[in-house]
This record gives sequence, C-alpha cells and structure tokens, in this order.
Amino acid sequence: MGHHDEYQVQHGKILTKPFFILLALVVIGFGLIAYRFIAGVGAVTGLSDGYPWGIWIAYDVATGTAFACGGYALALMIYIMNRWKYHPLIRSALLTSVFGYCLAGFSVMVDLGRYWNAYSFFLPSRWQPNSIMFEVALCVMTYSTVLIIEFLPAVLYTLEHSKWQWVRESAQWLHPRLLPDTDSLHSGLSVVSKAAGHVQVRLDKVLIFFIVLGITLPSMHQSSLGSMMIIAGDKLHPLWQTGFLPLLFLINCIFIGYATVMFESIISSYSFKRAYETHEISGLAKVVPMVAGLWMAVRFGDLIWRGQIPAIFAFDRNSFFFLLEMALIGGGAFMLLWKKNRLSPRMLFVSGAILMLGGGLFRFNVYLIGFNPGAGWSYFPSFAEFMITVGIIALEILGYLVLVKIFPVMPNPKKHFEEEVEEEAGELVADPVHARVFVGK
Amino acid sequence: MKSTSRRDFLKLMGLTGAACLATAAPLCASTEGGGESETAIAMLYDATMCVGCKACMAACKRVNMDQNNLSYEHLATDGDKLWDAPKDLSGDTRTIIKLYKESDTRFSYVKHSCMHCTKPACVSACPVKAMTKDPVTGVVAYNKNACIGCRYCQVACAYNIPRFQWAKAIPQIVKCDFCKETNLKAKGKPACGETCPVGAISFGKRKDLLAEAHKRIADQPGRYVNKVYGEKEVGGANHLYLAAFPFEKLGLPALKEESPAALSEHIQHTIYKGFIAPVALYGVLCAVAMKNKKEQEQLGHGEDN
Repeated sequence: MGHHDEYQVQHGKILTKPFFILLALVVIGFGLIAYRFIAGVGAVTGLSDGYPWGIWIAYDVATGTAFACGGYALALMIYIMNRWKYHPLIRSALLTSVFGYCLAGFSVMVDLGRYWNAYSFFLPSRWQPNSIMFEVALCVMTYSTVLIIEFLPAVLYTLEHSKWQWVRESAQWLHPRLLPDTDSLHSGLSVVSKAAGHVQVRLDKVLIFFIVLGITLPSMHQSSLGSMMIIAGDKLHPLWQTGFLPLLFLINCIFIGYATVMFESIISSYSFKRAYETHEISGLAKVVPMVAGLWMAVRFGDLIWRGQIPAIFAFDRNSFFFLLEMALIGGGAFMLLWKKNRLSPRMLFVSGAILMLGGGLFRFNVYLIGFNPGAGWSYFPSFAEFMITVGIIALEILGYLVLVKIFPVMPNPKKHFEEEVEEEAGELVADPVHARVFVGK
Repeated sequence: MKSTSRRDFLKLMGLTGAACLATAAPLCASTEGGGESETAIAMLYDATMCVGCKACMAACKRVNMDQNNLSYEHLATDGDKLWDAPKDLSGDTRTIIKLYKESDTRFSYVKHSCMHCTKPACVSACPVKAMTKDPVTGVVAYNKNACIGCRYCQVACAYNIPRFQWAKAIPQIVKCDFCKETNLKAKGKPACGETCPVGAISFGKRKDLLAEAHKRIADQPGRYVNKVYGEKEVGGANHLYLAAFPFEKLGLPALKEESPAALSEHIQHTIYKGFIAPVALYGVLCAVAMKNKKEQEQLGHGEDN
C-alpha cells in the first residue's frame, strides 16, 4: 500500500477555540440525555402519542444519514463508475459518514423507550422481516461497522508509523515508581506497531469486499428509509405519500451525498487554510444536476400519475413546504449547470448547502411536516430536545476536527498532483487516466 | 470531467434500470393480506345503546392495571383523588368513552379502543415481534418484554390506538388486547363487555357479530347509519361499531379499504424476496469494482480504500 501518502494528517493544535465551543454544546446535550434516561422521553421532548417521532428521527436518522452518504456516493463514483481521480476525497467523506451513521444509531438509542431490549435485534427468534424498520436497523448497524472497517487503514497506518511521542512523554512525566519498566513499555509499543502493519496488509487484500458492501448496504437502507413511511398511509400528505418513496429516498441520498462532499471539502479547506479541491469537486458538481434532475422527473411523474398536481397549488402549509423543497433542490442543481459556477468555490459551497437543505427538507417533509395524525395533535421540538440534537451534531463536528489532526484523512495536495505528475511524466502521453488528471488541472 | 465511454454509460444505464425495476415493479401488483380467520373473536359496540356510564373504563383499568403498569389520572380539582378522569386514550388508559354532542337532545357516546385489525399495521411495523396477531382468535397483543419502544406502531396505526408512557423512565406501549392475559383468560370475556350494564358491548365470533350488526341495521334502519364501521376499514377489523351518527363525527377516521401495511409489505417482499436482489446487487457491484480496481492497478496507480 505504497500510496498512503495520498492522504496527510492535518497539522495544528487540537485544543482550539472551536473545540471548546463544540465541547460545551456536547456537554449540554449529553447532560440533557442523562436527564432523559432518568425522567423519561416525555420530560425532554415535545412528542405525543399523535407525533411519536420528532426531530431525533426526522433529523438525526432520516436526514443525518443522508448527509452521511458522502462516502457511499463517492464510492459509487470511484469503484463502480471507475473515476479514480476522486479517490483522494474518500477518507474525509468516509470520516463524515462514520460519524453520521454512528451518531444516528446513538440518537436512536436515546429515542428508544425500552432501549435495554434493543438486543432483540440480535435474536433471530424476534426478527420480524415484514417490518421496514427491522431491515433499516440491521442494515444501518452493519453499515456503521463496515464504515469503521473502511476507515481502519487510516488508523492502522497511524499506529504503525507512530513514534508514540505522547506515550513516551507521559511515561516520563509519571513518577518512576508508577511506571518503572520503560523497556517493556517500548517493546509493547513496537509490538502494537508491528501488529498494526501486519493487520493492514491482510485488510488491504479484502478491503474491496467491504467497500462494495458499503455500496450495497446504503442502497438497501436508504431506500427502506423511504419505505418506512408508506405504512403511515393517509397520515402522510399525498404530496409525499407514494409507493415511489423508496426510489425517491435512494436517488435523494446520492445527490445529497455529493452536495455534502462539496460542502465539507470547501468548508474544511477554508477553515484549515488549505488549497481548495476545486478540480475534484467541480467534477462531482457536474453529476449533481443529472441525479437531481432524475429525482425531479420521478417526483413529478409520480405526482402526475397520482393526480396530485392540484395539491401543489393549494398554497396551504403542505404546498408551501413542497414548493420550498422543490425550489431548493431545483435551484441548487440549476446553479451547477454552468461551468463558471462549478469552478467557483463560493458557488460550489452555496449550491452544496442549498442542496443539502432542500434534500434534507424532503426527508423532513416525509417524516414530520407532511405527517398529520389527525385533529387535535401538534408537535414542535422542545428546547431540550433541540439541544440534544445540537449536542450530537456538535459531537460529529468535534470528532471530525480532532480525528483529521490525528489520522491521515485530508487529501495530500503535494503528493497527489505535483509529484505524481512529475514522476510519471514520461507515461503521460500513453496514459489517458493520468492525462485526464493532468489536463484537468 | 472527461466524456463518458460507452461501456461506462451502459454500466450506468444497467444499474439504474435494475434499481428502478427493483423499486417500481411492486407498484403494479395488487396488495397482499387475506381475510380474517373463521375463528376470530370480535367486539361489537352499539353506540345507540351506550348510556355513557363508563363502567367499562373502570373495569378495564382495574383488571389490566398490573399488567400494563397503569395509573389513575386525577383532575387537579379532585383533591381526594376519588375519580379516574382520563381525557383520552393514554399510557394509562386502554379504553375510553367520549361524547359527541350535536345538541342537548342529539348526542352519542363512543368507545375508543384497539380495532384489532385483520391486517394490523402495528404488527407489520414492529421490528421485534412485540406486536403479534393471534392466528386463531385474531387478537392483536403487545409483549413488553420484546418491545424496544421505537413507537413505529404508533406511526403506523391509522386509528392512533397504541399509546406510550411518555413520563416514565421505564415506559411501555399501552393498548387493548381484549384482556387476553386477564379477563378473557379467566372469564372468557373482556372486562368491558362483562361489565356493560346495558349490553352495548357484545363479544363473540366476528362472523356472528357482523351478521348481528347487519341484522340490527335491517331491523331498525332509522336508528343507525347504514354502515358497520370496522367491517372494511384498512382491510377490516375485529372491533365493530354501530352508531346513529356518521362515524367521522364520532372521531373514527374515514379510511380506505386498502391496508397500507399490506402495500408496505408487498413492496418490501418484492425487493427482498429470498434476499436474491441484494445478493445479486452485491455480486454485480463486486465484479465491476474488482475489474475497475485491477485496471487501475495495471496503470500503476493502484490501492484501495
């Protein structure tokens, strides 16, 4: 695996000002989570028997996992569509996906009323395969594990090549009586490094099977996240209730995935003062209008087929949110039709953000805004409920900020372009793939 | 981006086509789910006979209190805590009598509790078999020992019947199970039906009660609206209603005859039948990815992750 220097560790202090701000939000969120486990779900949420699911499901699970589809959408592009120039982007996308999915799972555990029974999912005697949620739950759990395995090479690389500076320093700092045997510590550390290298070689050989599993599983559960609301029947407004929900959710998560990669790449380049990865993300940006266009075609085709076009122009709450959803997705995708916009980091950022908002709003509409259990029920998230979601999002960003400074995650601009192009300049003429990279630059 | 080669294009079309087929195919097919079994038991509530004494509510709570960890719900003005006064079905109340009032002389009581659907959405939704439908009696029952508290049953139920104990740290779902573990087991009848002093709640085989309901309408067409609620709603139910007012006015939702649960299951079954489609997808993707990776390695560029 000679190309580990395709990625680099982001240098910089870990304990920055944003770190402490995010940490404060995490502490508040987790304090409220502790209170939820003492006082019950009702004590911290605005939920009711009519609205049993709130923002923890609509945002953290249904929308958050779509924002975490960057890894899936990129893997689809690289490994299936054979576009290897996007490979440098995959680790940071994977890291976002790891956090998105693992924390969605964590949110579910906070949301579950009888969380101690969650082991039921591991008892085949309790499996209920007719349940869409059963499929989503198993699939999301498996996929979270697959994501961690896909990210492992970055961790193993660090373990293998670490000089263990901080361990040695803290060992020295300890009183000799507490840690007298520095030799065995050092030999222990070298065993860890060796083992990491050993595992890495073996993991490399099978990693492709996990990567493909990481493409198959989201295709399954992202569509099932759509199927999930079919059973709600008339409780979900006809603008959203359709048998095409699984297909719509699947396509939706792909363009959200690309939008998130665009958004995340620009925001991290900006905040880490790195060069923008405009070349790669403008390539992704070119695909977005096609995927979003396909989504819109299915969406409108379905509405026409079900005769729901008049509902769009009812100008009530549902039609307003429908139009907003369409304007955001259509607008964000439309911007990317022009090459000028695709080469501007600013426009890529704006369009990525708009597409995330619009794509996320579609999911919010399906899970919450278009959901009406009947007269007499209402829902608005309570402050505590909202702060728990904020705490979880803060933990996601915090984890990202810390891990990119420990593990080689960010693309290495030097290694990836300049050196490679120089080294292999002789091949360039006969090598269309590299020529593409070179010319594109 | 470089222009797409024809092979890539075909690959994309193939994959997209397969995905569309897998998702869209079930939409053309009919819904699943058969009728209720011959042996199914049911409850017939005749709103025109009910006098609103709420003895059924008291009996229900007394009998099922321990099983469901129910509490009495007192009004703030009831300092002595003499009356159980629930406002609605809740985590403490499995059945309730409500009043629909048009004027002082024209009004109707209505009893709310689980409909025990022929194709129950809660059973279809529950990921861990905490909601089950007895194949013989048709009773839809809840098992707290399996329940994870996800509340998907609440999202799924067209009647908003399952209720959750929001204020408890160790909550459960609460809904009528025809006293399956309590009164039905001990006395062969749910507590509400046993207690009703005016015979507004009849209990027996579904087919007999359905015939009885239609007979009552035929005998006294002026007394009832010409419909047995629960006969066909979302595929039929084992809780049947007769009333003098349109059922929607009594708070019973107007529902289609098709069951969303059957549609949902049909879509899921079509995609995941025998788990063939996911395995095939995995196989195809593996082949494509391996081939791409090999090509890439031959270009001297290769690595994974």
